[in-house]
Amino acid sequence: MSTTATVESLPNSSAEPQVNYLNARYGVKSWLLTLDHKRIGLLYLCTITFMFVVGGIAATMMRLNLLEPQGALVEPETYNKLFSTHGIVMVFFFLVPSIPATLGNFLIPLMIGARDVAFPRLNLLSWYIFVTGCLVMLYVVCTGGVDTGWTFYPPYSSAYAHTDVFLAAMAIFIAGFSSILTGMNFVVTIHKMRAPGMTWFRLPLFIWSLYATSVIFVLGTPVIAITLLLLGVERLLHAGIFDPALGGDPLLFQHMFWFYSHPAVYIMILPSMGVISELITAFSRKRIFGYSFVAFSSLAIAVISFLVWGHHMFVSGQGVYAGLVFSVLSFLVAIPSAVKVFNWTATLYKGSISYEAPMLYALGFIGLFTIGGLTGLFLASLSTDVHLNGTYFVVAHFHYVMVGGAVMAFMGGIHFWWPKITGRLYPDLWARFAALVIFVGFNLTFFPQFVLGYLGMPRRYAMYPAEFQALNVLSSAGASVLAVGYVIPLVYLIWSLKYGQVVGPNPFGAKGLEWTTQSPPLTENYVKTPIVTEEAYAYENAPEPEVARV
Amino acid sequence: MSSHPQSAAHGQPMVHEHIVPVSTYLAVFITLLIATGLTTWVAFQDLGNWNVVVALVIAVCKASLVVLFFMHAKYNKGLSRIVLVGAVFWLGIMITFTLADELTRHWQISPQPWAGAIIPVIHRLLF
Repeated sequence: MSTTATVESLPNSSAEPQVNYLNARYGVKSWLLTLDHKRIGLLYLCTITFMFVVGGIAATMMRLNLLEPQGALVEPETYNKLFSTHGIVMVFFFLVPSIPATLGNFLIPLMIGARDVAFPRLNLLSWYIFVTGCLVMLYVVCTGGVDTGWTFYPPYSSAYAHTDVFLAAMAIFIAGFSSILTGMNFVVTIHKMRAPGMTWFRLPLFIWSLYATSVIFVLGTPVIAITLLLLGVERLLHAGIFDPALGGDPLLFQHMFWFYSHPAVYIMILPSMGVISELITAFSRKRIFGYSFVAFSSLAIAVISFLVWGHHMFVSGQGVYAGLVFSVLSFLVAIPSAVKVFNWTATLYKGSISYEAPMLYALGFIGLFTIGGLTGLFLASLSTDVHLNGTYFVVAHFHYVMVGGAVMAFMGGIHFWWPKITGRLYPDLWARFAALVIFVGFNLTFFPQFVLGYLGMPRRYAMYPAEFQALNVLSSAGASVLAVGYVIPLVYLIWSLKYGQVVGPNPFGAKGLEWTTQSPPLTENYVKTPIVTEEAYAYENAPEPEVARV
Repeated sequence: MSSHPQSAAHGQPMVHEHIVPVSTYLAVFITLLIATGLTTWVAFQDLGNWNVVVALVIAVCKASLVVLFFMHAKYNKGLSRIVLVGAVFWLGIMITFTLADELTRHWQISPQPWAGAIIPVIHRLLF
């Protein structure tokens, strides 16, 4: 057993109230000035949950508007602002920081046996920077919004812009620095602060995936930051950068934007894949199949993700030969992604599978991500992309990856580590019910959009031909179910903070250093620095779960 | 593997840092100011096709000074150098693939004049 020294030195966690990172200090100041990675992770969790609600409200209004062909709720100009707000908030202020900044912040030091991240003050600063970006974006939303779409393409954002594009771009510019600091912090932490015996190939796969994500953070985010800054410079100083009338090139913006924003897709999905590796092994009580392949596939995805951005530009006027190269390279991403899916499936084979709520999210992820990934191949093909580009097929594809993939994994991860974070368990029946509602609601929302897109309905339009109404009503009905599915966990997770069953260090009987310390953990994480003597996922030595398996 | 797992958390230096004299920083700073003046002056000169080239050469020199001295790349070894090379390589990826579009954007396939003459001949031969 790898970390028995630490476990044995701990008091019985459920017998009496114990000192932990939540009750060690009280008061608003203790939270706002905290350097504890766990508290900072929770600060991020509250912030991104609020932004998720903001983005969700915009999505709800869009779906309500699309109940009728002529638009049921808002003017077309308002609709433009709604989909722009939804995209910007969900991508830059929820999905990008979702798993890395919350679960990553909370878990990385715990998983590698460290007391904190390498630069705790920088960690807190990154949260303040992120909050500043959020506030600027909320100011833009409250004072008229922005109507360029989340991609800020010129000339919508230059010659024809009549909303506060500059300030919205600055909100993302500011939030980007938070990502860079977080990524840099994680890279240094993983390199320098692993406990004795925690070699690279004993690291949990969640750590490998966050390492790959951090590399993308550090290499990609500066490009989006400088691109949006150049957009601002062009608008304010009339320098010819992207506007052809001033001697600029609008496709240059698209190149630079997607150089970051396509890898950003993997910023969102790679941490999710790390979460899924943890969930699949824990609830099939089995070693991961092909550890090194899964680990290196994360790095391969991170590298290849930087070589494929041109598939967003097949019909934008990009050179045909560049399009050919980008198309071929785009297909390569499918290989490491498929390695992961096949290895998870192989891990399940002959495993002792149980269906707790986190596992339901993990199984949902595998199916939905596979659909999202495979439909991406349609869009990576030059010829089919000509038909499907700019349609609801694209919307459905990336929601299957971003929501069916990233958000499902985020929910699964939150449920899996919630007892570790809070020391209490949520009502499992409600949790499994919510997972099912989310799965059904999600598919009802987005599967009809594949059909709509194939039939030719363009995205970003407030109105549509009457023959598309049935599928749009189906999609809006699904969105209502999905919204209910998200509200249920919000209610019972908050409820569980006070009334949830108190649990010990390892309610699910999972492997990993984080399960060897008390729940909630000490401020210092461990009484003594753990010494690791075995590889990850040695489930033949795993303790029995504290809660009944289902 | 980390040999001093907790030291960074306490702010202890992991390795001995190279101490750069203030005079070096001042010299680099003054050079950067001069180069900025040069950039401004060149911007008002018409060098034809060399306008961009000259501006980029000055910019690369300035960036190199910042990276080498202010970011200590000149004195760091190992992983720090790998990070530096990786960053430059990734910049190269962005520029190369963007140029792959810029340089081939007008290479659209279109019927050539000789094709108009030769296709009826082939058609007669075959049919």
